[in-house]
Amino acid sequence: MSINSAKGSAASIKWFSASNTLAAWVLALLWISPLLYMLWASLHTGSAAITFDLSEPISLDNFQQAWQMAPFTRYLINTFASVSILLIAQLLVCTLAGYALARVKFTGRNVVFVLILLQLMVMPEILISENYQFIAQLGAVDSYLGIALPYIASAFGIFLLRQTFKQMPQELHDAARIEGLGPLAILVKVYVPLAKPTYLAYALVSVSYHWNNFLWPLVITNTEASRPVTVGLALFGSPETGVDWGVLSAGTLIAIAPLLAIFLIFQRQFMQSFMTAGIK
Amino acid sequence: MRNFLFTSPWRRQPWVFAWLCLLPALTLLGAFTYLPVINSIFSSFFSSTGSGSTLYTGFDNVHYLADDPVFIKALTNNAWYALFTVPTSVILALTMALWVNQKLKGRSFLRLGFFLPTLLPMVAAANVWLFFYEPNIGLLNRFLSVFGINGYNWLGDPDTSLGALMMLTIWKEAGFFMIFYLAALQSLPSDLIEAARLESPSRWYRFRKVVMPLLAPTTLFVLINALINAFKLVDHLFILTKGGPNNASTLLLYYIYETAFSYLDQPYAATQTLFLLAVLALVSALQFALSRNKVHYQ
Repeated sequence: MSINSAKGSAASIKWFSASNTLAAWVLALLWISPLLYMLWASLHTGSAAITFDLSEPISLDNFQQAWQMAPFTRYLINTFASVSILLIAQLLVCTLAGYALARVKFTGRNVVFVLILLQLMVMPEILISENYQFIAQLGAVDSYLGIALPYIASAFGIFLLRQTFKQMPQELHDAARIEGLGPLAILVKVYVPLAKPTYLAYALVSVSYHWNNFLWPLVITNTEASRPVTVGLALFGSPETGVDWGVLSAGTLIAIAPLLAIFLIFQRQFMQSFMTAGIK
Repeated sequence: MRNFLFTSPWRRQPWVFAWLCLLPALTLLGAFTYLPVINSIFSSFFSSTGSGSTLYTGFDNVHYLADDPVFIKALTNNAWYALFTVPTSVILALTMALWVNQKLKGRSFLRLGFFLPTLLPMVAAANVWLFFYEPNIGLLNRFLSVFGINGYNWLGDPDTSLGALMMLTIWKEAGFFMIFYLAALQSLPSDLIEAARLESPSRWYRFRKVVMPLLAPTTLFVLINALINAFKLVDHLFILTKGGPNNASTLLLYYIYETAFSYLDQPYAATQTLFLLAVLALVSALQFALSRNKVHYQ
């Protein structure tokens, strides 16, 4: 009797795990099907893009056409430039602020920390209208700097680096002090090298966020001179341009290819970065 | 110079050093976070006259807000949008994380599949889904035509356009939140899980009584982030519906954008911005209260 029921439960576990695997696969296939479909459409011209006939020849015409219709090279350069400028500025500003908050005792430290954390709630996205006017006064509309400015003092980056610096052993700090190093030298020679994993995590999160950012760049750019690829893609796909699905798919793939390539190369670090960022 | 920067003077006055380190960050935050908020308060309640002087307009903009049917529509839309997308994507994210955390066949493919939509810009994702919803040749209608349902215009119908946007949001976000659940699941104390296994043979019971409480901090984190995203991410509206038809799918931030940059009514946009900030403050207060009472950290 007891053996029978044990057998029964073993069978039910087996059934459970099989249906479990099946369900996971069905959802995963459903999840990537839009992307696979886009790939298909981009590789087939005209009406072949919307039918699933495997005998249709594969062609790269859509990519060529998309590339001719919109300055994607320029857009990608713009995205790359503004994302790089932003990342470098973020790392500098957040390192200094995070260090002061983690390792220097001064009156008002907690107040400053709370003030900085406010930005997690009052995000630049919400303040597009006010920020546009200010950037316009600075004369930085339609420039890489204009795209980057509101995001440089990142509360998330400051918080992440503060946590990392705080977790480093105080003995290292003291030893460096005894060596005669000042606070800035200690930051550069002791803290920054030890925080490399945090820098990598933050860089990947920041790059993927700003590579994909749309609303603020849409507001602050007017011309090809600074327009990033997300805004370019939206213009490219708007109904007035009359591009067909195959060409639009090709354009979309061109826009996402660089980030996708970085992701596939750094897949493990990417996942790890998002996890680190989430736990902290 | 080197000596000045790297050594002694700071030892006696560490606070000078600290404020100098904070100066760039605080200047930028002042210019792009604090001042804009103060400015929107100011321009909500005052209007500038041509001669450079200002005029106190009191609560005119606030009254206007309460009587503006489009704003009310955007607000209720946004509430439904959050109410539906947040729980759905969080539950899906947890399910995905539980799957990916097991030793299923093709685990790395599953993880990649769930995560890929997250990597796309919302604009690109919207392009993909535009085609999915297309009335004549779109995938969805071609699939439905098998069951005899034809030519339904998902994005053009006020009854379905908001729902169509919600589907895209869930598809885009679930994989992102999965990562956080996965991280939490992998750091669960294994002795505790083992002990629970000996205590109770029921998977569901163990999940409800042991795993879920341990995941509570992650759930709170993910919920708050999903909630904030529901109010700050409107990129897909630009591609799919432009808030239409007839504002049926408009959301708060999209309406702020339209007010500021299409209707060029900056003071009214400022009042709306303040309202949105109040909503987000409420979300933060909720987070604070919950993380104090309901979530048990180890």
